[in-house]
Amino acid sequence: MIVVKQKEIDWILDRLASFHKVVVLGCGECATVCFGGGEREVEELCCALQLAVQEKDEAAEFHGLTCERVCDWEFVEPFADTLRDADAVLSLACGAGSNLLADKLETVRVIPGVDTIFLGANAGPDRWTEMCAACGDCIIDQTFGICPVARCAKTLMNGPCGGSKDGMCEIRDDVECAWAKIVERARALGRLDELERIIPPKDWSTARDGGQRALERADLGIRRLCTEDLDEG
Amino acid sequence: MKAESNLEKVIDAGHFAVTAELGPPMSSAGGVVREKADILRGYADAVNITDCQTAVVRLSSIASAAILLQEGVEPVMQMTVRDRNRIAIQADILGAAALGIKNCLCIAGDHQSFGAAGKLSGHPGAKNVYDIDSIQLLDILRKMRDESVQQGGDPLECPTPLFIGAAWTPMGDPVDFRIVRLAKKVAAGADFIQTQGIYDVKQFADVMEHVRHRGLHEKTAILAGIIVPKSAGMLRYMNASVAGVSVPDELIKRFPKVAKDASPEEKKAARAKSQEIGKQIAVELIEQVREIEGVRGVHIQAIEWEPAVPDIVKAAALLPRPTVAPTDTDAPDPSVDSAS
Repeated sequence: MIVVKQKEIDWILDRLASFHKVVVLGCGECATVCFGGGEREVEELCCALQLAVQEKDEAAEFHGLTCERVCDWEFVEPFADTLRDADAVLSLACGAGSNLLADKLETVRVIPGVDTIFLGANAGPDRWTEMCAACGDCIIDQTFGICPVARCAKTLMNGPCGGSKDGMCEIRDDVECAWAKIVERARALGRLDELERIIPPKDWSTARDGGQRALERADLGIRRLCTEDLDEG
Repeated sequence: MKAESNLEKVIDAGHFAVTAELGPPMSSAGGVVREKADILRGYADAVNITDCQTAVVRLSSIASAAILLQEGVEPVMQMTVRDRNRIAIQADILGAAALGIKNCLCIAGDHQSFGAAGKLSGHPGAKNVYDIDSIQLLDILRKMRDESVQQGGDPLECPTPLFIGAAWTPMGDPVDFRIVRLAKKVAAGADFIQTQGIYDVKQFADVMEHVRHRGLHEKTAILAGIIVPKSAGMLRYMNASVAGVSVPDELIKRFPKVAKDASPEEKKAARAKSQEIGKQIAVELIEQVREIEGVRGVHIQAIEWEPAVPDIVKAAALLPRPTVAPTDTDAPDPSVDSAS
């Protein structure tokens, strides 16, 4: 999932200071699952913001709203009039959703209410860890399923640096050494020999370095179907 | 010969090589590099210039190495993959070679969160590059030298003469993978290896047995890392906090204990005594690693304490350093060595 973390309320209040009518928009997908920006967080944040401005004798109204999936305009469009009527949208969706809002809502300021921190997985009841860097060219077939791009602090492709200790990375106590895990899995599978191969420099053009990425799937035939529907309609 | 560097010639002629480390200043004071070059001249076959070690901004390794050349001291330019992408690295390598720098040590570099282990602010908010890793860098340099080709495939108009080095942590975790890591570095192009600091010689000797078993000691010149200890505190810190370094208790116990309420004079005396003990330990470590088959030299790191190096090299009976005449052949004749 895309893991988000709510920003500090003081930061949010500061950024919203000049707006009178604000929609706090949550997302029913990843942001809900990681307790960063779902329906519950929207309600709580609206209350907190309302209280804060009342204490300061300021007049601003906060209207909470949660879409099923903010990164898909189909799900946001039914609320478009409400959003366009606001001075600002405080988005608790991930960066993808927030960007889409900015693309679609020409006259409304979009303020992020969360930080989008990584693509990760649940690592406990209240912990998530990064698992993927979306580099666009997956190589984990060569690293026994563990991604050194996302999980090694130095993106090392050919084994651990000197900073691996007891399975942990030297940069922080709570960071596992990705290469210790890779080696452990290779050993368990009896395939340490595979790690003797030198992995060549990676082609980063498929990653963010290549500019904004897009995916087109003409093979799906969806565009053709849509056109036919329109023709018939 | 690959680059005809002094270090390469000394190693090729079968001498026990000595390199030492020089930390550039945190300023543009090139005079500091010259002063340190003066201290080390004649006591090492080549002098390593660190590349912003512990992720602290210092006078660049390429400029420091060029200053060393002006001073008549052969540099080993360190190049981390932390700060530059493959375009910048290759351009800097070409520049270094054009300036006459012939040795390059390829390393991953300390993570930017380090900032001198918390003693300085550093730049923890810096973006790290890691476009390539240190093994990929070795392979790139080897091809720039042997095939006159850039990583992207474009030709170089002439070969890039380099004697290529790599760092290696023999006792780092996961221990059984460290041999594989060394084998990959050798396969990628490491002509010489400088190891992480060795204090537990017995453990290192065990690892070297595996190295010999794979014949790696014949394919690359392994120089054992000797980090000169300054105090018991420094050894305790390295033992606890530096990955891949384990320090036997006996070594730590050799340093004098200083009471917290000791007078300044007592503290000063203890410091001086500690320094002597530290140098003595370094000499003993050199003598011990020299006995291990496959160790072809030492890399002495007296961190911000370069003046310790001449005493250590002298006491370890590694003087005078050999001078090996230039040769036109691929197989240098040891008989031209004036020191043998």
